[in-house]
Amino acid sequence: MFNYTIFGRAVKGKIVIAVEMCKGCLYCVEACPKHLITEATRLNTKGYYPAEFNPSEDNECTACTLCAISCPEAAIEVYRDEKQK
Amino acid sequence: MKKIYARPKYLKPVSMHYCPGCGHSIVTKLIAEIIEEMSVADITICVPPAGCAVLTYNYLDVDTTESAHGRAIAVATGIKRVLPDRLVFTYQGDGDLAAIGTAETVHAANRGERITTVFMNNAVYGMTGGQMAPTTILGQKTTTSPFGRDLVREGAPLKISEMLAVLPSTVYIERTAVNSVAGIKATKKAIKKAFKVQQDDLGFSLVEVLSPCPTNWKMTPLASCRWIDEVMAKEYPLGVIKDTTRQTHKKEAADAD
Repeated sequence: MFNYTIFGRAVKGKIVIAVEMCKGCLYCVEACPKHLITEATRLNTKGYYPAEFNPSEDNECTACTLCAISCPEAAIEVYRDEKQK
Repeated sequence: MKKIYARPKYLKPVSMHYCPGCGHSIVTKLIAEIIEEMSVADITICVPPAGCAVLTYNYLDVDTTESAHGRAIAVATGIKRVLPDRLVFTYQGDGDLAAIGTAETVHAANRGERITTVFMNNAVYGMTGGQMAPTTILGQKTTTSPFGRDLVREGAPLKISEMLAVLPSTVYIERTAVNSVAGIKATKKAIKKAFKVQQDDLGFSLVEVLSPCPTNWKMTPLASCRWIDEVMAKEYPLGVIKDTTRQTHKKEAADAD
């Protein structure tokens, strides 16, 4: 599933949120241009509602790293897969 | 899949004590990234202040020495003079640098000490519970100014960056904000440049960072980011306040000729 191209390369991305590090400031929710991150409905062990990553088939992460840059706790890791078209 | 963004190497793998959405944690992360990118971890010495950032030594994996309240810049002066090849920076809040440490800050800047200061301005005393600081905005409500800061009673907010910019020995002073991704990137660039100024032995450099304090402003993290744009950035305009790095280079070249 490569829906996006950057400089001619097909790109797809993925983020991993360290749920126990997250303090629920929601900066990543604001930063994500694709609106793929939402506030979770369950608490983590510290009592915060952490951020949650919800990609879908037609709306995929492009690994732009904006969420990770804005994360104060450095709790987001970003992965990218590239394929020459 | 290739990992393209991960926790910086010199940020210890512990959860920080800062409140959700605090600007301190963003800037601590940025400094860890910059130290990694510039490969200066073994020569960096950090001097944290008293205040919210007092526990910085728990997070940054570099040499750190604690200082008395407001005297971080005086301690850094001593370290830099004894070890001139090290990268010495202080990381201070506004209660530390602009209130109790004003004298040390002004005189260290006036002497043109080859150190870098990261000045976190969040307009309140964060650690002690949100009292009025010298940098509090006019009309801003804090626990010690419940009806808002008044010009006649408490005076106007102290603009440290503009104050230091008039001194001839300061080289690079910039004010940024960490309330957006663009602002975070600008802050990283500014701190990196300030470190370079120190490495080139040009003079005193300071980066003032407008930082959200959601807990003491009694706002949500996202609302406090908007407040920086709407209110705080009007009082403290963002941008490069002083940059004489080029002139300094030119003067050195002229002296060499």
